[in-house]
Amino acid sequence: MAVEALAAPRSADLPAALKEALLAGLVALGLALFMVGLQTVPEGGTLTIHTRFAAVGMVVVLVFFGRFGLALLHQGMAWPAAIGGGGFALLTIVALLGDHRALLPFPSVVVDWIVALFAAIIALRAALSMIHVQAPVADRDSLMDRIGASVQRASIWLGPVAIVIAVALPFMPFADRRFVDLAILVMTYVMLGWGLNIVVGLAGLLDLGYVAFYAVGAYSYALIALNFGFSFWVCLPVAGALAASAGVMLGFPVLRLRGDYLAIVTLGFGEMVRVILINWYKLTNGPDGLSSIPRPSFFGFPFTRRPEEGVTAFHQLFDIPYSSMHRIIFLYYLILAMAMVTNLFTIRIRKLPLGRAWEALREDEIACRSLGINPTNTKLTAFGIGAMFAGFAGSFFATRQGFISPESFTFIESAIILSIVVLGGMGSQIGVVIAAILLIGTPEWFRDLAQFRMLAFGAGMVAIMIWRPRGLLAHREPTIRLADAPIAQPPP
Amino acid sequence: MRDDHDGAAMPLLRVEHLTMRFGGLVAVDELSFAAHDRAITAIIGPNGAGKTTVFNCITGFYKPTVGRLTLTTPRGRYYLERMEGFRIAQIGVARTFQNVRLFTGMSVLENLVAAQHNKLMAASLFSIAGIFNLGRYRRAESEATELARYWLERVGLIAVANEPAGSLPYGDQRRLEIARAMCIEPVVLCLDEPAAGLNPRESAELNQLLVAIRDEQGIGVLLIEHDMSVVMGISDRIVVLDYGRKIADGTSDEVRHDPAVIRAYLGEEEETAEEGAPC
Repeated sequence: MAVEALAAPRSADLPAALKEALLAGLVALGLALFMVGLQTVPEGGTLTIHTRFAAVGMVVVLVFFGRFGLALLHQGMAWPAAIGGGGFALLTIVALLGDHRALLPFPSVVVDWIVALFAAIIALRAALSMIHVQAPVADRDSLMDRIGASVQRASIWLGPVAIVIAVALPFMPFADRRFVDLAILVMTYVMLGWGLNIVVGLAGLLDLGYVAFYAVGAYSYALIALNFGFSFWVCLPVAGALAASAGVMLGFPVLRLRGDYLAIVTLGFGEMVRVILINWYKLTNGPDGLSSIPRPSFFGFPFTRRPEEGVTAFHQLFDIPYSSMHRIIFLYYLILAMAMVTNLFTIRIRKLPLGRAWEALREDEIACRSLGINPTNTKLTAFGIGAMFAGFAGSFFATRQGFISPESFTFIESAIILSIVVLGGMGSQIGVVIAAILLIGTPEWFRDLAQFRMLAFGAGMVAIMIWRPRGLLAHREPTIRLADAPIAQPPP
Repeated sequence: MRDDHDGAAMPLLRVEHLTMRFGGLVAVDELSFAAHDRAITAIIGPNGAGKTTVFNCITGFYKPTVGRLTLTTPRGRYYLERMEGFRIAQIGVARTFQNVRLFTGMSVLENLVAAQHNKLMAASLFSIAGIFNLGRYRRAESEATELARYWLERVGLIAVANEPAGSLPYGDQRRLEIARAMCIEPVVLCLDEPAAGLNPRESAELNQLLVAIRDEQGIGVLLIEHDMSVVMGISDRIVVLDYGRKIADGTSDEVRHDPAVIRAYLGEEEETAEEGAPC
């Protein structure tokens, strides 16, 4: 039945499909010939070029067959595409699971899985088109919107569940040191994302220099702790306040700027801070950075194996054997708590006049002025509060690393934090978490691919911008509802 | 239908010698008029006569080149030409825009609550009381919601209170913008072509709403309008502008028969205008 329906609309055009596949293969050849085919290898102090034409051939053949499968699909010949793609995917997966990796010609397990995945996608699409369930683009978009809306509504129970998972995480059997370290890293970016979300998502001020405030926080903590010996808990609010004043300082000159112009100035501000950190050698130790920054203690009880005389260490306090994991787990809970404070603050401030004024400012600044909302103060508080949370995160970063240098605060950090906010869906709190896990976690999982792991990052970004240009969970719930509003009826 | 006599009592809003120049172009030239509370004052004139420029000067979006704008309210006397736009709104001059300017991504109710920003901000002690959700803030917020509910019922949008403002049809958006302006509890409401793009039925409803606002709230309404059925039907006083100058000022009957107005609207041949009504 399905075959008849497919055969009716279009006659299969095999030569056209072949032509398309050949063209794609040719493009792949052109691209891969130099990028994959030639490799520079240092040999005895000089660079020599090695050729890898077998790999080029592999790329071309894969692209050819992949494109051929898709073209067949478009031409209405779903059967061969399904069988070819499915068979290939099946063989690859069987070889992978059956521990016959050696049979596969690809250089890495990750590549094996990617190839299998693409083949499986082609087969799946072919199968779907045979049973006529392929949704048109408009339907798919509204479906994703509905998913976004239902996730947003589910956040009432999804949030607490996520928190329970996050709290239990360090005690999971698979949570080794590397995993918890990664979790700390992801959580730091979640906090930074939530902080930037105030500036970009709520107030609509595109900030490309957010990392500057992160740097101000980190250096504030490091310098105060090193020079005056104050503890983390004293330095934290000071670092936050200093970062907030840096935010207000940036805010003043850019009050009149919007959109692209604002983005350029904030970008410049981010670079300025980094250049100052490099050149103010007396204070910041320049490119050498600041080292031996005090590690955090458990409210005064240090995490050391053999504490100094008269000082009780954490493991002595609780009378448990010393483990280096204690400090890692403590750091994890510290950043978790700080991130949760950021989150709760944002959720609450959205429902307050200040948060509503931020959102109103994002929507229409002129209308805001006509309603008596002071745009200057509103923008400055957004910059200041956003920067304050970056300052807190910066202090945490400094105490966790024990060493900071301007290297850690380059533009790419700002770009990643902004990507997390945009990718998650502007203004969506859960979206930021998902995006941070994807953007920070995935490159770590793709470590097998060495320097090409950024490629996976880029591919993911492109895919999301094609399918979800407004972000993964772009859905806005009103901050206040008229509880007993009558059900909306279509106008007569 | 008040007289504009310069007695001891100051009118609500007095505009004196208002002049606005953009380079060589004189958009408004030596304009003087007064607007009273409990009255609808219309500013009419052909396209490019400078009507919206007058509004932008009153509401602080432009700084007038010359002129004095005096607002006299029970709370005091203010010289608007010296004040910033958002401060003018804070003392009770609300406005709507020729092209509707709503917070389209926010819900209808949020638009009205955002308009009560200053009141709520004070109640939330600059967010500190709000963060901890103290009773003081909760009360202020429910009062704000009640005011919003009142205006939503008045403009017939209560059923769509939780919908995004941008999803409303055009006529509803116009009414919502008026409701939002009323939520700042103004003493002067400035409406820039509120009937533009409305059908005759919506336009008639708008007339009723404006008359009700004048009579029940006791505020002054300042109106720019092209739709003569709106202007002639409800205005207590009409100011006619042409090329930035005032050419007539009076009740609708006086303006209707003013030869200068007829000339401005219908061209130079005065005798052809039998009816005299520029509609």
